[in-house]
Amino acid sequence: MDYICILIIQVISSIAMLVLLAIGLAIMFGMMKVINFAHGEFIMVGAYTSVMSVNAGLNFWLATFVVAPLAVAFVGFIVERVIIRHLYGRIIETMLATWGLSLFMIGTVTIVFGNTVTGISAPLGSISIGRFSNSTYDLVLIVMAAALLVACALFLRRTNLGLIARAAMQNADITAVLGHEPKKIYCATFVVGAAISGLSGALIAPLTGVSPGMGLAFVAKAFITVICAGPAVIFGTGLVAAVFGTVNTAVTFVATPVFGEVALLLSAIILLRVMPKGLTARIMRKAL
Amino acid sequence: MSIEILPAAQCSRTTVIPMIKEISIATAATTAAIVAALAFPHVAELYTLINVTIFISLCVLALSLGLVWGYGGIFCLGQAVFFGLGGYSYAIASLNFGDTTYGVAASLLVPMIFAAAVGYFIFWGRIGDVYVGVITLTITLIFSQLLNGSAGDAYVIGSVPLGGFNGIPMTPPLNIPGKAEEMLSPEAIFQVAILALAAAYLVCRVYLASKLGKTMVAIRENETRAELLGYDTRVVKLITFVIGAGLAGAAGMLFANSLTVTPNMFSLSITAQIVIWVLIGGRGTLLGPLVGCIFVQVITTQLGTSGFLNPEIILGGILIMFVMFVPSGLVPALRQVTERLIRRPLKWRK
Repeated sequence: MDYICILIIQVISSIAMLVLLAIGLAIMFGMMKVINFAHGEFIMVGAYTSVMSVNAGLNFWLATFVVAPLAVAFVGFIVERVIIRHLYGRIIETMLATWGLSLFMIGTVTIVFGNTVTGISAPLGSISIGRFSNSTYDLVLIVMAAALLVACALFLRRTNLGLIARAAMQNADITAVLGHEPKKIYCATFVVGAAISGLSGALIAPLTGVSPGMGLAFVAKAFITVICAGPAVIFGTGLVAAVFGTVNTAVTFVATPVFGEVALLLSAIILLRVMPKGLTARIMRKAL
Repeated sequence: MSIEILPAAQCSRTTVIPMIKEISIATAATTAAIVAALAFPHVAELYTLINVTIFISLCVLALSLGLVWGYGGIFCLGQAVFFGLGGYSYAIASLNFGDTTYGVAASLLVPMIFAAAVGYFIFWGRIGDVYVGVITLTITLIFSQLLNGSAGDAYVIGSVPLGGFNGIPMTPPLNIPGKAEEMLSPEAIFQVAILALAAAYLVCRVYLASKLGKTMVAIRENETRAELLGYDTRVVKLITFVIGAGLAGAAGMLFANSLTVTPNMFSLSITAQIVIWVLIGGRGTLLGPLVGCIFVQVITTQLGTSGFLNPEIILGGILIMFVMFVPSGLVPALRQVTERLIRRPLKWRK
């Protein structure tokens, strides 16, 4: 019983991890059809900001929830102004430019911090379930992932700004006619996506270790999750993360972590073959 | 651009000149390759020679994506898979059979068969643009994961251990077909490589001049229209994809001859580099990928060894600059400039 309990926590936390990795990218791709290949580096910058702030004596939670998102939002703002703005509507060009950006950021961070792995320890200790114990921080991640999904959905559904953002997503020209400048909306969306990526980076920093190349391990997985999600980005990302996370943990449990990863990737390929436009193009189309 | 009706004489000139140009380019390229193959080993040091051989193998790789993406419009992020498969199957087959002739055959056949399977899966599923990129990228990641995790006694093909992170260290150099003990010198391997590059170039040229190749370009421009005209776009795309995989496999075989095969051949950084070469050189040209490959390699090694900037910054910077300011790539941009310079005096004469 205890064992099953731990296993379920493992499955859910691996789903939460995927959600955290993908949600920033999901917002950018879903809202503006921008594939940000530097997404992993946004996460990396968030993680570095958090580690540096904590080492400078700042409170962990303050660093995670305030400093890191703000820092990455600033980076996102500059990137949008300098690069993305000129490439709207050209998916592959945007992807290549941000791929260049990704390499550029890795190089810069390597020069500044050196090619070493640093990290901070997870706060909050652990809780015990029967004979086993699990890090409490895992539970924080699960709650945060769920909260982010719900917050994004509520923001888009219930607020005025969310309505405008969805309108710009559906038809930018009409939205412009109604007096809302699409460029501003896109810029804001990109900055919000970047801020959330920064938050994710800070949240996962205690678990993964922080190095200049850490983003590379995430970007492909985030990218695959978002593409498989389909048109209903927020809900789809959650759903696809649930499928992939379960497959990954289940196969890791019976075989090895390598095969767990491979099973995740294989299920992505099969999913795209069966549903070429993503999961939510077929089911739950009304969701967000 | 204004549309004007050309007089008959000019019309025929516009169709004849490209053909003459094409034939002359092909002849010039082959001649240059033969001259280089004969002359270069006499003037270069061994270290340079091996390095240049590696460059040439990468040029073949660039050419393969130039065909698949530049002409075929198939945004394939899996070219590194075929490159790596070519290298691995060359090493494994050569070591198992003791003769590299089988290795060369395997390095072409294995990637092509795998590409045929993947291509059938993708093109018959009617998967388009970005989604092709995602699937092929995913396949790259799978191979990278699997081969990095293939250390230990459980992962052996025939008598060759896959060796995990370290790859297969004792990759044999090419030998004369049928005589396993007569291995080629680095000079001879260089000559083989440069002839292979010329051959790969000719394969692409011939394919593009054929009816199939022209249909492929039509599909890139407008797939629906090509389909409505009665072409089975899936078959044409599949053939292009398989040819590209064969070229990439050959590149992997040449690469394995100069270095060893490691899981690095399947890495995301190789994937990125191939795309960057083609983008910088110019999509829709065959010269472009070669120029892009050499340009990037020279710049990253020159500036990278100076120690001031690391290769990532340079590569990233170049990529951003090109996407934003020279989106068509080096070769088409230069061609445009020279054509403008040549045409101007003609117009004045009128």
